This record gives sequence, structure tokens and C-alpha cells, in this order.
Amino acid sequence: MSENTNPSNNSLLNDAGTRAMIFQIVLLAMVVFAGYYLFSNLQANLDNRGISTGFAFFNEPAGFPILIHLIEYTEANTYGRAFVVALINTFVISLLGIILSTVIGIVMGLARLSKNWLVARLATVYIETLRNIPLLLQMFFWYFAVLAALPAPRDSYEFADFLLNKRGIYSPNPITQDGFGLVIFGFFLSIAAAVGLIIWAKKRQTRTGLWFPAYWSSLGLIVGITFLFLAIAGFPIEFDLPQKSRFNVTGGMVLPPEFVAVLVALSTYTGAFIAEIVRAGILSVNWGQTEAARSLGLRDNLTQRLIVLPQALRVIIPPLTSQYLNLAKNSSLGAAIAYPELVAVVMGTTLNQTGQAIETIGLCMLVYGSLSLSISVFMNWYNNKMSLVER
Amino acid sequence: MKSNVTKLLSTAAIAATISAGAAAATLDDVKAKGFVQCGVSTGVPGFSNADDKGNWSGIDVDACRATAAAIFGDGQKVKFTPLSAKERFTALQSGEIDVLARNTTWTYTRDASLGLDFTAVNFYDGQGFMVRKDLGVNSALELAGATVCTEQGTTTELNMADFFRKNKMSYVPVVVQKADEALAAYDSGRCDVYTTDKSGLAAHRTKLADPSAHVILPETISKEPLGPVVRHGDNQWKDIVTWAMFVQVNAEEMNITSKNVAKIKSETTDPGIKRLLGVEGDMGAQLGLPADWAYNVIAQVGNYGEVFERNVGPSTPVDLPRGLNALWTEAGGIMYAPPVR
Repeated sequence: MSENTNPSNNSLLNDAGTRAMIFQIVLLAMVVFAGYYLFSNLQANLDNRGISTGFAFFNEPAGFPILIHLIEYTEANTYGRAFVVALINTFVISLLGIILSTVIGIVMGLARLSKNWLVARLATVYIETLRNIPLLLQMFFWYFAVLAALPAPRDSYEFADFLLNKRGIYSPNPITQDGFGLVIFGFFLSIAAAVGLIIWAKKRQTRTGLWFPAYWSSLGLIVGITFLFLAIAGFPIEFDLPQKSRFNVTGGMVLPPEFVAVLVALSTYTGAFIAEIVRAGILSVNWGQTEAARSLGLRDNLTQRLIVLPQALRVIIPPLTSQYLNLAKNSSLGAAIAYPELVAVVMGTTLNQTGQAIETIGLCMLVYGSLSLSISVFMNWYNNKMSLVER
Repeated sequence: MKSNVTKLLSTAAIAATISAGAAAATLDDVKAKGFVQCGVSTGVPGFSNADDKGNWSGIDVDACRATAAAIFGDGQKVKFTPLSAKERFTALQSGEIDVLARNTTWTYTRDASLGLDFTAVNFYDGQGFMVRKDLGVNSALELAGATVCTEQGTTTELNMADFFRKNKMSYVPVVVQKADEALAAYDSGRCDVYTTDKSGLAAHRTKLADPSAHVILPETISKEPLGPVVRHGDNQWKDIVTWAMFVQVNAEEMNITSKNVAKIKSETTDPGIKRLLGVEGDMGAQLGLPADWAYNVIAQVGNYGEVFERNVGPSTPVDLPRGLNALWTEAGGIMYAPPVR
């Protein structure tokens, strides 16, 4: 037995590090082999069954229409362009959903902590109801309940030049005329001025301790300067007004009910979860912090903004990230109520017309994977930024 | 997202199937497991629809039962897999089902690129439009500017697009994942028009709140020959499914029904009928089937006319005229089958 303890007799196999390395190499080889086996098997089977493969179909005309397209799209465009249209729809609904659900979550989270009994109970009812009903059901509810409540196009509700009916919300469509470039220039000028003002206000506060309402005044600056340039250019905008026709409303811009239903369902559902995360984050900050801030003479809203929230954010951000990921992935449920996002257009129509199951599903997995990873990367960066505040 | 899960599983199943002999000998597999696994719709009255006890009926269901009757002599030896339009081909390609009888249109691309083979046509259909009566629309050519609801993942989507483009009419498409929700959206007033195959329109109209308030427009904008589908490359299996259908058409032509087939079998002197019913010769062996396979199909499922009347004929809620689906010997009919000899 004594031989084993002799270092000169130890073979490489007895070294823990080497052994761990060997196991990892073996495992990696097995994973690679399994992947290769599945892939080659798939190729062989597809060949055997005469199923054509590849992404060549991307250059063929799609032939099908898409309800919501933010870039130019007609039936004569290719499957590739239809894919891009669907991709944009998924991005847009995810981004708007994330913004809206965060706002709802913060408001509801704070409301649940409110000392006002009614406000706190209402927030509790909202959170407990929406968290506990399946999202798909909520989407159907918003879609069909809203459709049932609204009038037919002929009996639209009208406010000024806006129309509201079963087919959506119609608004005047601004069409820019000659000279609009000047307004855009004015807009960017006003933003530059606002940024300058904020920097100046911060510096002055550090130097003299005097406080200046920089955010409100910069907002005024942006609106004021842009409007000034609009007036100088002679209001170079005309409006295309929505008008009732035999079946639908023509002209104007439309927000279809599918979009509204998906956005409302996604953001209220995720908002309920975020509310709980916000509440947990705020409760995690020791009460002593608030007392210390008060004894320094900080007002209540400054205590919240400068002392409690920054510390709460460290607890809030990691679970918030997974809520954002959930929201992005849940947007795929929009397919059920005709919102033309990725799953509907690519895994639905494109798959069926071309029969390229492996390619289309693989592509969708890739897109959702990258979307989720991008959100993760961004939120991790933000998390690190916030943690650095700790001393 | 049940449908996506199913599809992913099917895709994984294709990837994991061991290639040797997977494409051949469906008949042996079916005989070994003792039933035919048949892909049907999630509920189209008259074609494939389950009642409250889970019993399936319809023209497509009868195509499956005929296949089972030909193989086992028992039309009940069928198990059904309800599939959405977009799941159906993957389910067949992956071997999850043996035959797909889900009001599926025979098209060039599907036949050529999906690794599938269409067998026989069991219903000649065409796409049409349904609108509310109070809109006062009499022709599909008056639909410029209308909002149109349809189900996703069907030939319907493309036909609709082609029709509106060809006639230079604008329209708003609302494409819903499942037929039931598409119909609900139409019923709630989201759309002016609901479009699918005319048989489907007639079937779905029975599900609306007030069927009499809706009218099917006269135009037929496409050819939709519907029929059972099998995997490409197993010719024996394809022949069995095909001839199970052809036998029903031949039986109607010879005035053989499920009620008189037993009597005819014992009394007939016609050599053609004797061959068909397996009294003389052994036609079944050529397909690996029992000698009396055609007799079993007719006795248990009936001839094509009986199948049509029972499922979609004027005495049913679907109430479709025979039209194109009448025998070729009748006026306006094109239902024709090669002879059994």
C-alpha cells in the first residue's frame, strides 16, 4: 500500500485533474457522435422518403398574404421576405410587451405595497387573477370578448377623425410633404439641446448643490423646438383620413384587434408576475435604509428613488430577466388568434406550403434561441452595471 | 402549443427512426399491430367528426374503415389521430399514422416534394366563399375590400390570394391557426367572408349561431380533389388504400350495396361480380389480402353512394348535392374507377 503514496509511482491515471479531463473528452466525443448520428440518420431517412431538403424555397414567391407587415410585402414577394416580416412582427410584439409589462409591473407592485387599503386590495386581485389563468385562455378572452363588444364597421364609434370597430382602431395617417426634413433636423437639434441641459444641470448640482428640474424642462425643450421648426416649415404634413366603405374602413392607419389582443394579454399577464418581483425586491431592502435616509432629511419620493429602488433592483433584475424571456417566447401563442408572428407564418403557412418541416422548425428554434440569448446578454450587462453600485 | 409539441416530436421521430426498411411493408406493420392508424381532422362534420361518445364518422373515416375491412375483414380495427391542417403531413412522414384521410387536396407540390403519394379521390371539391345574407352580396366578384377569415396551413390560403390578385381586388386576410377559431372570428364579425372548400363551408355552417343567416356564394374558385394519402415508396400499401376506394365505386356502378351484397355473392352468375367478391379466383393474394376483401369492404362500409348519402347527403345536416361526385354514368358526375379484373 505504501507504494501508492510514493509520488514517483503515480501514473497519470491517478491524477484527479487528468482523470477529469479524460472524462470530459469522452463525454464530448459521445455528444458529438450522438449529434452526428442523428444528423446523418435524418439525412438518410429524408433521402429514402424522397423529401426534398434545403433552403432553396426561400427565393420562391410565397403567394400568401400577411395581415400585419411593417415593411412592404405582397403575395408576389418571396418566402424569405415573408420570414423577415414575421421576424419583425415577433420583435415588435416582444419589445412593446416588455416595455408595457414593466410599467404595469412596477405600478402594480408599488400599488400592492400601498398603505391605501383599496389600492392594495385591487392590486392583489389583479395579480392573483391574471397570474393564475393560462395565457392562451387570456388571449382568446381579449380577442373574442373585445370583438363581441365592438360595433360593425358601418356603426363605428367615432372620435374626431378616429374610428373604432371590430376591424380595429383607425387613425389619420400622416403623410409628410416637402420640407419635412427641416422638422427632422429641428427634432434632433432639440434632443441635443436637452442632453446638454441635463449634463449642465448635473454638473451644477455637483458643484453648487443647487437642484434644477432638468428632465421636465428638457421635455419642454424637445416639444417646443420641434413645434417651432414645424411652424417655420409651414406644417408640411397632410393626413389621410379613414373613411367607411362598403365592407371596411379604407385609408388611414389601422391597429388590428389581433395586435391589440396579443399585446394586452402578454403585458398584463407578464405584468402580474413582474409586480410580485418588484414587491419582493422592495421588501428585501432593510427598513433601516429608509430610516437612515429620512434622518438625513430626504423626502419620501427621493428616498424611494435614490435609496430603496437602486438596492431593490439588484434583487429584481435576475428574475425580471426570466420574465422577459418568457414574454418573448409566449408571443408565439399569438398564432392562435391570427397575429402573424414567426410561428404562424414560418411554422404554419410556410411549412405547410413547402413541406420543409426540419428547415422551418430549425429556423424558428434558432430565432427564439437568439432572441432569448440577446435579452439575457442585455439584462446580464444591466445587472452587472447595477451591482457595481455596491461598495 | 400542443400542435408544435406534436410536430417537434414527429421531427425527432424522423431523426431517430432507424432507416432500414422503414419505408416499406406498411401492410406487415399494420397486420402485426392489428389495426390501421388513421390521421383525420379535428372535426369536420360529414368528413371526420367524433360524436359525444368518441365514435368517429364521415367520408374520410369510412376510407379508413374500408382499408381496415380489406385487411382484417373488420372495419372497426382503426385507431384515429386527430390532426390540424399543419400537423398532418409530418405525422404521416414520420410514421405516426399509416394513412392520412383528412380532406386533403391532391396538389402537384404535395405529391412531388413531400415524400407522399395520393391514392384515389374520395370527394371532388372546390373552394368557395360564405358571407352574411344581410350584406347583400351575390357574387364573389363583389368582395373588393372585404376582410376574409380562413384556417392556416391549407391550399385555401393560396387560392384566396390568387383569386383576389387575379381579379385585382384588395382584401384583408385574417389567417387563424385552427378552423374552429377562424369560424368563431367570422361569426363574431371580425370578417365579412369565411372561405374554405365548399363542403367545409356547408359543414361549418351547421356550427354557426344562426346557419340560415349565412349564404354560400355561387363561385367555385379552385379544384380541390380530396383523398387519402400514404407515404411514398410503399406501392403495395398505396394499392390497398386506392383499391379499397375503387371497389366502393365499382360496387355502386354494379348496384351492389351493403344490404344485398351477401345475397348477390351467393346467387350471382356474373363472372365480373364473382371475381370482385372473391367467389372465383384469388384477386386478394396479389395485394396480400384475403380473397373476400372486397366483399368485406362493401358489406361493412357500403358502396360509394351509400357512404355519400350517410355522411354528407341531403338527409344529413351537411346537406350536399351529389354534383361532381355522382358516378360518371350520371349527368354531371365524374366519379370513375378502373375495373376490377
